[in-house]
Parts: sequence; structure tokens; C-alpha cells
Amino acid sequence: MIMTNTLDSSIVAEPNTNGKNVVIDCKIRNLYYGKFRAVRDSHIPVEEGQVTAFIGPSGCGKSTALRCLNRMNDLVRGFRFDGHVHFRGKDIYHRNVDPVAVRRYIGMVFQQPNPFAMSIYNNVAFGLRLNRVKDDIPERVESALRGAALWDEVKDKLKNSGLSLSGGQQQRLCIARAIATEPTVLLMDEPCSALDPIATRRIEELMTELKEKYTIAVVTHNLQQAQRVADKTAFMYVDTSDGGRTGYLVEYEDTGQLFEDPKEEYTKQYIRGEFS
Amino acid sequence: MAITLEGDVPIDSVASPPSRLDIAGDRTFRGLTYVFSWMTIFLVLYIVYEIAGKAFPAIQEYGFGFVTGTTWDANRGEFGVFPEIWGTLYSSILALMLGGFFGVSIAIFLTQDFLPPKLEVVFKNIVELLAAIPSVVYGLWGIYVVIPALRPTANWVHEHLGWIPFFETSLSGPGMLPAAMVLSIMILPTISAVSRDALCSVPHRLKEAAFGLGATRWEAILGVILPTSATGIFGALVLGFGRALGETMALAMLVGNSNQVSLSLFSPANTLAALLANNFPEAGKLEEGVLMYAALILMAITLLVNLVGTAIMNRAQRRLSGGER
Amino acid sequence: MSNQIEITHSFAGVDFPQLERSLRHPRTLVSSLLSLLTGFVTVVACVPLFSVLFMLIYRGGKRLSLSLFTQTPPSAFESGGGFGNAIVGTLTMVGIAALISVPFGVLAAVFLAEFGPKSKTASAVRFCAKLLTGFPSILAGVFAYAAVVLMTGSYSAPAGGVALSILMLPIVMLTAEESIKMVPHKMKEAAIGMGATQTQVVWRVTLPSAMPGMLTGVMLAVARASGETAPLLFTALNSNYWIMQDGNLALMEPTASLAVLIFNFSGVPFESQIELAWAAALVLVLIVLAVNIGGQVLSRKRVTR
Repeated sequence: MIMTNTLDSSIVAEPNTNGKNVVIDCKIRNLYYGKFRAVRDSHIPVEEGQVTAFIGPSGCGKSTALRCLNRMNDLVRGFRFDGHVHFRGKDIYHRNVDPVAVRRYIGMVFQQPNPFAMSIYNNVAFGLRLNRVKDDIPERVESALRGAALWDEVKDKLKNSGLSLSGGQQQRLCIARAIATEPTVLLMDEPCSALDPIATRRIEELMTELKEKYTIAVVTHNLQQAQRVADKTAFMYVDTSDGGRTGYLVEYEDTGQLFEDPKEEYTKQYIRGEFS
Repeated sequence: MAITLEGDVPIDSVASPPSRLDIAGDRTFRGLTYVFSWMTIFLVLYIVYEIAGKAFPAIQEYGFGFVTGTTWDANRGEFGVFPEIWGTLYSSILALMLGGFFGVSIAIFLTQDFLPPKLEVVFKNIVELLAAIPSVVYGLWGIYVVIPALRPTANWVHEHLGWIPFFETSLSGPGMLPAAMVLSIMILPTISAVSRDALCSVPHRLKEAAFGLGATRWEAILGVILPTSATGIFGALVLGFGRALGETMALAMLVGNSNQVSLSLFSPANTLAALLANNFPEAGKLEEGVLMYAALILMAITLLVNLVGTAIMNRAQRRLSGGER
Repeated sequence: MSNQIEITHSFAGVDFPQLERSLRHPRTLVSSLLSLLTGFVTVVACVPLFSVLFMLIYRGGKRLSLSLFTQTPPSAFESGGGFGNAIVGTLTMVGIAALISVPFGVLAAVFLAEFGPKSKTASAVRFCAKLLTGFPSILAGVFAYAAVVLMTGSYSAPAGGVALSILMLPIVMLTAEESIKMVPHKMKEAAIGMGATQTQVVWRVTLPSAMPGMLTGVMLAVARASGETAPLLFTALNSNYWIMQDGNLALMEPTASLAVLIFNFSGVPFESQIELAWAAALVLVLIVLAVNIGGQVLSRKRVTR
């Protein structure tokens, strides 16, 4: 590996934020799973009201980085994190912070649609009950389902199991479930990878609508998708120089800028499809 | 103390950090599950402590002679459980031979595609149903069906082959053979189910490899599949043996409760578990302590056998999951 | 290997290898004989079940009537009578055992499957549960005698319940652990991702999804406990009376159970009591089978969902 990309050398990793409001400022110095160093030296800001895409070849740590943002990695045994994640200026890895509370503000949509084995209605109301919301539950469920562009398809069968829906509908149900409590940020981990092209299209449209209200961070392996939906794009790559497979941030830019005129050689090669 | 994440969240958001109640509930519930987990360990220790503690006076008084003694006379205060230990082991070994042969044969027959899948399920359910019948019902059945059915044959064998030690007495009623036969029926489902699992976990590609070399079905079974699953099947036999050692009712009803050491299949005998079942309800203070000693011996034997069985099963799992050790 | 030699041999002997199946071929013959043998063995193994069922229906069915469920057992030379008190006794003691073992087992299983699956505590607990699985039922009785009967000073239904609960506990715990583990990880992840505490995940997602499997385990344990005799012999003893007498609950008195009644009546020389034993065996097997089948239905429901 010729190019080392530390935060201090600030070659490319110094983010270009255009003075926008940064909701989550994620600075990963080192991230380990046991002895395995999964990610190093990546500084990714997530700006308010924007879609930030994480792209890169598989194994580059883009999902791992995303899961740092609401401490989902805490569930993995041997997880160690060196760096900080500032959410509205507060370090969510501070030892006084309850990861459970973090996840209430930073919701997540997963790669595989994962509705609970309960009715559509209860799936969406789940988060509301978790937050001990007593009032207007039906109204909130409806508006969440409308927000996820699913209302018209399910309004007559809210009592049916969430598992009875098609894959794309299930994923939109999961989005509805996540936005029902109006979190600040929505993390989406390859939300379309298990879906067909038409369902994918719908989710992408939805993301564009949702960013009016929510800040979104999305991991995708699909470059066109990043181009279509993202305002900012972070390109990560794998460093194999020390014998491991450590991901790091190569370039973070406005999406247009990154795809049309990347600064880094690796980014150029990647978006030309020379490796994947 | 804790840093809150509220602040300038959007006004219509209902997101809130978990309430104090949620957090307290979470801690309590997790603590509770932890406590109950530990209670399982304490329960086992407490069981050993109770039985050993109650047996202690008898151990002091009778010492090791209790294990080798052959008389049981509450009136004279003379106690020995050698015949019961012998009967326990003898009946269990007989049952294991019968039940093991049947159980493993059935497991092979029901896993190696001899039958269409639907019939396989039918037979599997029938064998599992054998395990659902309560042992006291088997005992009743043994008294009124097995013993009368065995008696003519057994006595014919005794008359003609009586010089063989196994047949040196006649079958007058309860005895070792009917007890062992019923016992074998009772352990058969365990052996067959665990062996089935072992046989099913043999990778399909191994069988294909054998067939690919031109082996017949049985050459594949005997040459490849059984050796591969041998550890698991052996574990099944040990677990079945453990079950036979501790089984009570069928033996208490069928073995004859007679304090003697005999090789004969037709003579009555006794086992540790049957001794407990028959003598405990009417035992006086003295005999009670002695029975606790007998219970302790039974516990030691079954624990040992079960430990060996579990260890073998764990090894079988490890072997198949790759790490040959 | 021998088959390789054989193949070359047949090439040398005839122009083309013999491909037709023939029983004269020793390999084929041995194979067929072994197949026949195992098939025969399997069929033979089914005979006891059908013999038991036949006898139960033939001898127990004769005596089946409503009075069996409403009357108490007859004395030696009486005819008639029933075992209603024993049915109530069995249900009471199995109920007590379930009240002890189900919460105990499920809580421990939640720890084993969710909170500390790889901890040292968990492996020790699993080890103990496995030991209890192979624990002879008579020893559960000996323990309950030492721990409950000697302490309370009387044979009683709770003592029988404690003995049975020791046998139910490992079944409940290990099946509950398995069914909790079967809940897809992605469902739990979804709840965690929404900011549910671990306890909320367990109560709202994991346990509801694992419920059918856990119920199957409980049913299996109940079925096993209902048929157990040895643990009750000297904990609950036996009784010819109802557990409810003159409006008083005689809980701390010796209590009848179907299983002990069968055992006691099996060896007596009185025809009416023997008949009653067969009828009790029929009722007991029906109860056990019904509970078992209930459990099976539940587990099937889980598979098809």
C-alpha cells in the first residue's frame, strides 16, 4: 500500500462540509472486532437534511462504519472503538451514554427486511409503545405508513401479519416502523439489496421524500443508487498492506463532484468499474 | 449524571430516552434471569447435599461393607446392597443389548432411504410414542402380558438347556428376563432417536462418495456411515444405559424384589431403584438412612454414566463440525 | 478396496460387465438380507406399542364409565368405585410442578439464550440441566422426601409437586432455550435498532415469537410428569380420599395420583382393583397422549408460520 491516509495528513479525508449543519460527526481512528482491525482513519460527517451514501467494495467496512453511528456494533463480541461519534455535539460513545437511548434518536433500516411476527399495525406501533406514547397511536401509525408510501396498499389489512407482505412492502414497513417515532437520523444498511428493481426504485424515491424531514445515511454497493439518491458520498476502500483487511475512507465529497471529478486514483478506478 | 440526548430534536418527535422505569425493569429482569440460572446449579448441589447428608450416618456405620454385603434385614439391622447393584447392572446391560440392537437397527432403517419419507415419519412417530407411555403402564403390561407370554417358552428352555447358567432356574413369575425386556422397550426410543441424529448428521457427500465407488447400500452403511457416526451412536447407547440404570417402576413391578445374585435370566432379582421404591414408604428411621445410602450409590452410578455419555456426545459433535480432536 | 478388484475381474472374464441385479451375487444377497432384517426389527419394535394399546382398550375400556371419575377407589372386596380423587391429585401435583418449573426454567432459558449465552455461568447451567435430564426419577423422590416431607412432617401434594418439578425443569429450560435461539436474529436486531432495552426485546419480540416452541416444551414436560410414579411413591404417598374434603383443601395430606394407584393395584389379588388399575392406565395414557399431541400441534404451527 503506497498511500496512507491518516486523519492528520488531511490529504483527502478532511471533509468538505460547505458550512452545513453536521448532525453526526463520525471520526473512526481504529475499530476492532477482537484482534481484527476492521476500519481505520475515517472521518465521515453526516449533514442535516441530506442523504449521505457510503460506497465501496465489499469488506471495506462501510456497513461497520454505519453501525457505529447508533452503536449497533456494541452487540458484537470483541468490538472496540477508538475515535468519536458526535451526535449533535455529544459523544455517543461516552461511558455515561446509554446505547439504548442513542438508538431511539438514530433509527435503522436493515439489509434484510425484518418485520416482527405481528400485525402490520403493531409493527408500526412498536416503537411508539416503546417510547410510551399513549395518544394518537392510530393517527401516528397512519402517518408513518403514508410516510413510507405503504398506506394505500395496506390500509385494509392492518391486522394481517407483517410477514405476509412482499419483500419490497416489508422493507417499506420497516421504514414506516423506523419513522413512526420521528427519529432524527435514519440509517439504512443496503436497504435494497434484497429487493427487485421495481421495489428498489420505490425505496429510492422514498429516500428522496424522507430527506425533507430526516437526515439519512445509507450504505449501498450500487453506484447508480448512490448517484441517484445521495447528496454526499463517502468512498471507502480496503487496505491489505498489513496482512489484514482494514477499511478506510478514501474520499468524501459532494456526490456530483465525487462521480465526475474524483480526486483520488482509487475512486476513479472504482467508479470506472475497474475493481469491485 | 447521564448525558441526555434531547435538546433540539424536532418538536413533533416522540423519541425519548428509556424511562427510569424501563431501565430499572431492564436491570431487575436481567438480574432475575441470572439468579434463576444460578439456582439451577444450586439445585443440583442441594440435591447432592441433601441425599449425601441424610446418608452420612449410614455411611459412617456401614462403611464400604454396605456395597459388598448381601443381606437386607431391617429387623437385625443388617444391610448390604451388592445384590441390588448386581441386579441394576445386569438388568441394564441386558436391556442395553436388546434395546441397543433394536434402537440402532431402527435408526439405520429409518434414515437410509429404505422407506418412502411418509412411512419413515409414521414409524418414527410410533417409536416416539413408545417413549410417551408411562413406565407404570409398562409395568402393568409386563405383569399381565409379558410374563404369561414368556413363561411357557422360558420353562421349556430351562428344562432342555438348564445346564447353561443363564437358564438354570425356571420362570415362576417376575424375573430378570421380563424386566430387562420391558426395560429395553423403554430405552429403545432414546437410543433410536439419538442414533438417528448421529446418522443424519453424516454429510451426504460421504455417502455419495461410497456409492460413487460402486458400493452397495449396506457396504456404504457399514463401511462409511456407521464408522462416521460411531461416536454419536456410542453416546446414544451410553445415554440409554444411564436411563436403564435409573428406571424404577417397570423393575419394581417385574423384577421380583428378591435379594439374590444370579446369572439366570429367569430368576427374580432386585435393583437399587426398585429397592428404594419398595422399601422407602414403609421404612423406619434406621432403614431410611440406609436407603439414603443406597440412593447415593445409585446417584453416583447414574451421574458417572451420564457424564461419560454427555462427554461422548460433545465429542461426536466436535468431530463432525470439523475439529478432529 | 474389494469392489475395485471385482470390477477388473469381471472385465477380464466376460466381454461386458454384468449390470443386472441378481440375488445370486453375494454382495446383493447380503445387502438384501440386511435390509430385510432391519425392516423386520423395526416392525417388531412396533408390536409392544400396539400390544399395550390393545390391552388398555380391551381391559381398561371394559371398565370405562362415568362413575370412574366421580368416585373414590374401592376397598379389597368391594366392586365398583372409581379414581376421581387420583385424577384430581395428579392434576394438582402436575400443576404445582408446572408453577415451579415453568417460570424457573423460562427465566433461566432467557439468560442462557439471550443475556449470557457464551458465559461460564451459562455453560455450567447447561451442564447441570443436562445432568438433571438424566437424573433418575426415583432420586427426585428421595430428594423431595428429604427436603420437603421431612421438613414439613407429612406426605403431601406439594412434596410430590416439588419432586415432579425437578424432572420438568430441564425439559422446560432446554426446549425454551432452543426455541428462543430459533427466533431470527434480524428480528431482535430490528427491536434493538429502535432503542429497545434488552428486556423490552425479550418481552416484546423474542418471547412472543418463541412462544409456540416453549409451549411445546412445557407440554412435553407436563406429559412426562403426569405419568411419573417413582417420585410420588414416598412424597405424596397415596390416599383414598378427595383432596377437597368438606370444603377444606387438604393440601398437606397424603394425595392420590393415577400412577401410584396403578402401581398399588397392579399386584393385588382382587379382580375389581386390577380392573380399576387397567382403567386408570387407559385414562392416564389418554391424558399423556392428549398433552403430547397438543404439544406436537403447537410445534407444527411454529414450522408452518
